[in-house]
Amino acid sequence: MSAYILRRVLYAIPILIGVNLLTFLLFFVVSSPDDMARMHLGEKRVTDEAVQIWKQEHGYDRPLLYNPTADGTARLTDTIFFQKSVKLFVFQFGASDDGRDIGHDISQRMWPSLAIAIPVLLVGLAFNISFALFIVFFRGTYIDIGSVVLLVAMLSISSLFYIIGGQFILSKVFHLVPISGYDQGLNAWKFLILPVIVGVIGGIGGGTRWYRTLFLEEIAKDYVRTARAKGLSERLVLFRHVLRNALIPILTGVVVVLPLLFMGSLITESFFGIPGLGSYTIDAISNQDFAIVRSMVFLGAVLYILGLILTDISYTLVDPRVRLQ
Amino acid sequence: MPLIPVVLWTDALVFLLLALVLGFGLYAARHEHLRAPWRRVVRSRVGVATLVVLMAYAVVGLLDTLHLRLAQAQQDESREVRYSPEVLSLLDLALSGLRARQEKTYSAPFATHLYVKEAIDQPDGRVVRDYPRLTHGGAHLTDPASQRGLDIAWRSALGLTKGLIFWALISLGILWLIARRRGVSVTDVRRLILAGRTEVPWVTALGMLGVMLALAFVAGELATKYHILGTDKVGEDVFFQTLKSIRTGLLIGTLTTMVMLPAAILLGIAAGYFRGWVDDVIQYLYTTLNSIPGVLLIAAVILMLQVYMSNHAESFESLVERADLRLLFLCLILGVTSWTGLCRLLRGEALKLREIDYVQASQSLGVGHFTVIARHILPNVMHIVLITLVLDFSGLVLAEAVLSYVNIGVDPTMSSWGNMINSARLELARDPVVWWSLAAAFLFMFSLVLAANLFADVVRDAFDPR
Repeated sequence: MSAYILRRVLYAIPILIGVNLLTFLLFFVVSSPDDMARMHLGEKRVTDEAVQIWKQEHGYDRPLLYNPTADGTARLTDTIFFQKSVKLFVFQFGASDDGRDIGHDISQRMWPSLAIAIPVLLVGLAFNISFALFIVFFRGTYIDIGSVVLLVAMLSISSLFYIIGGQFILSKVFHLVPISGYDQGLNAWKFLILPVIVGVIGGIGGGTRWYRTLFLEEIAKDYVRTARAKGLSERLVLFRHVLRNALIPILTGVVVVLPLLFMGSLITESFFGIPGLGSYTIDAISNQDFAIVRSMVFLGAVLYILGLILTDISYTLVDPRVRLQ
Repeated sequence: MPLIPVVLWTDALVFLLLALVLGFGLYAARHEHLRAPWRRVVRSRVGVATLVVLMAYAVVGLLDTLHLRLAQAQQDESREVRYSPEVLSLLDLALSGLRARQEKTYSAPFATHLYVKEAIDQPDGRVVRDYPRLTHGGAHLTDPASQRGLDIAWRSALGLTKGLIFWALISLGILWLIARRRGVSVTDVRRLILAGRTEVPWVTALGMLGVMLALAFVAGELATKYHILGTDKVGEDVFFQTLKSIRTGLLIGTLTTMVMLPAAILLGIAAGYFRGWVDDVIQYLYTTLNSIPGVLLIAAVILMLQVYMSNHAESFESLVERADLRLLFLCLILGVTSWTGLCRLLRGEALKLREIDYVQASQSLGVGHFTVIARHILPNVMHIVLITLVLDFSGLVLAEAVLSYVNIGVDPTMSSWGNMINSARLELARDPVVWWSLAAAFLFMFSLVLAANLFADVVRDAFDPR
């Protein structure tokens, strides 16, 4: 087991190197630091000195890959590639373009993100599984057809409308919860209700439909027929046999997104004004803060790969048929 | 020549896509095994109903894709014709009335007065704060309060009648075609259809067509005198904007998959077929790309594109061209983030297929790799490609809205549902509420995506042998 995990971790390294090279290529080669400086300083009438000063302030005044003016190892380390890209491997994100420490910001802002993402995941999971079981219990009836139509319709609504609609109905018309905002500590709960409700409702269409397919696939299998033939009640069949076996794909589907919960949801957070990592990324994109976007790309890739490894491990834990060599 | 055609990059790709679809259609029509699944699609009620809706959207999108520049009125005696720098589409020309009828600012659907109070000079010199009359919406009415309801009802009835007449003509034409093919009389065909004894559920298809035509004609009749979906902040007709957004939505949904198809098919099949180091390299490639969160990769590329465009502003002739190129890049980068799923599926399928007897047999007979792939592997994975194409469509249309909200979607000057939502989202906070921009975007987007989702389910059931 540990050998397997070690190998998976080692396999992740070349992928991270690939991600790193790709971001380096995108952010420094496709558009040079000069271009970035001009973009930030305004497009017209930028003197070369202003560009040089901006680059110096933000540490972009080094050569890209190789620094012939430095001595020894500094020839390789005193470059943009080393300073800005290689250091990401040890999670040294450096400073953002407006001078704040990105690492510190990330560690501060991941908590609000988690405060929304975890309830949405748990409540959504519970609701979707129950709803899917309910539909499967009435499979082939009008309840089934009606629910599936409802699910497809819910799936066809843009997530933006769920948010706008939720804010409008719950906050503007009925004044039940604040429209947006955030508070420190436990006082945050009343700001979290609306995003969580909206997040759960927005996920019903896709989630329940997917779980329904899983349950139906499982229900067509031989062991379920055997269980029925033994005379077990439909309730026992569903909960004892179908649910337990269908939990394997459900669980592994959940595990893969667990690490990414840190990243938060871009749209939800920015609509509700929650100071999480999602709105951090959005702000960085609209302020064209390349340092932050670069860090978030790398962080996202690390978390995704972590999710993949965790998925493989969780497979072995829940499904005894899977053996890792 | 009073006009000169303009082919933008995305237009060219749309034409290519159309040619491919037509070519595939003609090819499939002559091969029974390719026709059979499509027959299953058109025999399902949901299938034909959604197909009619999708076709309606496609017609609007295509009209909006044929671009041209009109000749300007000649000012001097020279024989040289000058063309206006403004790039228009056939849709713009057809709806030129809607485009021209601008108001000052917000007005509600079917309104005759503006939505905000203004100081109005009275004839006797006094100044009153009131809702001024619209310049175009309901301008033909002398006393809006009493005449409006009747006028709307009368025009709807007129539009409905026109629509029904048009529908009857089309239905008769279709009946006549079926009758001729079967060699029976039109009345017989009508009886068969009404009894539901035809293979294609024509009652559903023609009924849906009737509903769409009636809606279109009523909307068209009313839109000549009113702003049926209101006007936005700068007084533009929302109905016109929504119609213009159709093209953007359709392009994102189709072109994205089209531009990623060659890479996904080539790499996916190569990985599964050749295995070994080829497989390793390709797997590494798509795992790497896949591990970058899609939104962030898109953001990074679009940011870089913005930097490039602002530094090379001179290389774009017009705003339309610039917006078009950005749309193309958005499709490309969305394609880069979404090809990995299909690639993985194709790899798995190719892995299975290469062990099948007929592939092994042709290999041992010395058939080259290329021929084996083209003859035996590719035709057997095409259904996966098609299902992916249809399934991805609705997700991409929805993604466009989200990306535009984050400002990394289509160009802000281009009309799209995302841009409409983005500019209208603060309007709900106004008092009184301005709801119609959002409602229009919601209505059109929802019906397109719903139709696409339902159609995708039918296609998947028809094509997937499982």
